[in-house]
Amino acid sequence: MHLTGWGMYPKIESEAFALESRHSLRNYLKKVDSCITYGNGRSYGDSALNAHIITTTSHNCFLDFDELRGILHVECGVLLSDILEVIVPRGWFLKVTPGTKLITVGGAIASDVHGKNHHIEGCFSQSVLEFNMMLPSGKIITCSHTKNKKYFYATCGGMGLTGIILDAKIALKSISSGTIEQTTVKTANLKATFEAFERYKESPYSVAWIDCLAQGEALGRSLLMCGDFSEKGDLNSTQHTRLNIPFTFPSWILNNISVKTFNAFYYNKISGNLATQQVSIDAFFYPLDALQNWNRIYGKAGFTQYQFILPKAQSYEGLHAILTAIAASGKGSFLAVLKLYGPANKNYLSFPMEGYSLALDFKIEPGLFELLDTLDTLVLQYGGRIYLSKDVRVSKEVFEQGYEQIDRFRALRIEQKMHTIFNSLQSQRLEL
Amino acid sequence: MNTVLIIGAKSDIAKALARAYAANHSNLQLAARKVHELETFANDLRIRHRIDVSLYELDITATASHQSFYETVTPKPQGVIVASGYMCEQEAAQTSLEKTLQTLNVNFTGAVCLLNIVANDFEARQEGFIVGISSVAGDRGRASNYIYGAAKAGFSAYLSGLRNRLYASGVHVMSVKPGFVNTKMTAALRLSAPLTAQPDEVAEDILNAQQRNVDILYTKGIWRYIMGVITLIPESLFKKMHL
Repeated sequence: MHLTGWGMYPKIESEAFALESRHSLRNYLKKVDSCITYGNGRSYGDSALNAHIITTTSHNCFLDFDELRGILHVECGVLLSDILEVIVPRGWFLKVTPGTKLITVGGAIASDVHGKNHHIEGCFSQSVLEFNMMLPSGKIITCSHTKNKKYFYATCGGMGLTGIILDAKIALKSISSGTIEQTTVKTANLKATFEAFERYKESPYSVAWIDCLAQGEALGRSLLMCGDFSEKGDLNSTQHTRLNIPFTFPSWILNNISVKTFNAFYYNKISGNLATQQVSIDAFFYPLDALQNWNRIYGKAGFTQYQFILPKAQSYEGLHAILTAIAASGKGSFLAVLKLYGPANKNYLSFPMEGYSLALDFKIEPGLFELLDTLDTLVLQYGGRIYLSKDVRVSKEVFEQGYEQIDRFRALRIEQKMHTIFNSLQSQRLEL
Repeated sequence: MNTVLIIGAKSDIAKALARAYAANHSNLQLAARKVHELETFANDLRIRHRIDVSLYELDITATASHQSFYETVTPKPQGVIVASGYMCEQEAAQTSLEKTLQTLNVNFTGAVCLLNIVANDFEARQEGFIVGISSVAGDRGRASNYIYGAAKAGFSAYLSGLRNRLYASGVHVMSVKPGFVNTKMTAALRLSAPLTAQPDEVAEDILNAQQRNVDILYTKGIWRYIMGVITLIPESLFKKMHL
């Protein structure tokens, strides 16, 4: 079968093994030379690509739900969207969710995903109480913040390179409605954007859509969106229609013909510099999920998302330099997301650190990788690093400089012979 | 809340049906061989949909056990779906006595014996629905699959007669004739993608049709027309074809 990540680049031939039972998985590991786990295919690049993959969406049972304490135990292939369908009407929500709900729990752990509340709740792994994982030998171990700690730190953010996560127990967050009170702030430049992030840092959720093509005075102008769950409202507020999307990107963000598709879906409700409104969970957290297969917008050649983070002290200067380089290149992306993060966790390869992260989508085209190489140099110069779940092209040298715990990760891989069986195109490129 | 009993609950179509009826707020009774293997699946349905799910050990070919099986089922269901099925390669079905009998006993004899018991109960209660999953293979015997086809043809005829009998009692009987479905049973076959349904699509079709009291459901719908054409071909011509 043809296989790609979410970015549809590169395309490879692959043979899939569907995870159904521990027994059959153990037998599979005995006979396969090299493989990687593939969840719902939402990682952008080549982190889940191998000529042999283990697909997990067939391993998707709920195992237990303690509705009093908000603790959920599920198999690895359960999607966050399945979880939300069950827990939201019963007054619970995910402590940490990324911008799509169409990912598996196993994938959420392997990428150690984060969301708009990273500055408060940290990464997905920080809501994981424990998980069971199969090692190359077929042995199953339970990992948590206290049990098999080094496996836990290596596996959360470890891109599936340490074993196969079989099931996980996660802690949920109590909510009293399915409605979000959202505030949107328009900012005129990068300095104002940073100030707005600081001003709203008590807000549980915040993220900014930044105009990465604006230059000069307007460099870094953004729409900062903050929000929190409302005390009032219905838990059963089921999904909004596709046309009822919370906001439109202002036209100055849009720079590409394909953006017209978005215009049809996003309607601008903000006229002044500040707007507040009540929106649904889907509209606030998962606006892009309303557009199925939106990755096709970029055409057959595919696309990549370039996401980096810079330490807070260097963020202003660094972002200024990087945004200037992007604006000068003219290769703007209409989905550019800026966010202020909280402190890093202990995981060896988790992406977040305290500082600002910027994520941009780029169509794969001639000249793109040269631009990204230039950006890499700037990212390193300002002490930053690249997000593996989005990456498809970073060099080993650039990657290593950003992740100081990489040696621990590699040492565990070798010690447990994980490197002999769990590999992806990405892990081979980066010699993970 | 009504209760639906699914026979042959381990098949991919049966599991998809269980999910569809659970989402539709029916309590479920799942019957299969080695039914303990469905514990995790049943628990998943309980958590997701807050329904009752009970498991029953049943070998559809052990016809002598059917009466005592049905007596243990409590509460008595408002609906019964027979999703058990067995298909081997035609070559095996025509050369091995064991495989011939297994094909006939699972797809026809066992299903008939069990549904007789259910039908008598439903007729007495003057309520309920029965769904039998037959196959388009029963519409005409073909060299490539006629033992299975013959068993399914028999089952289709049985369901037709049962529908006729129970109509007066207000019990509805629906025959389902799936075409190609992407399941474990067909994993070894090369199926034409546009004609092949996913188990979840088949289950949705069945749930919707059952609620509208459809008599004979082809799924995907296009199979009604394909089989319509195939049954029209004169036998003198048909016997020379490779189908």
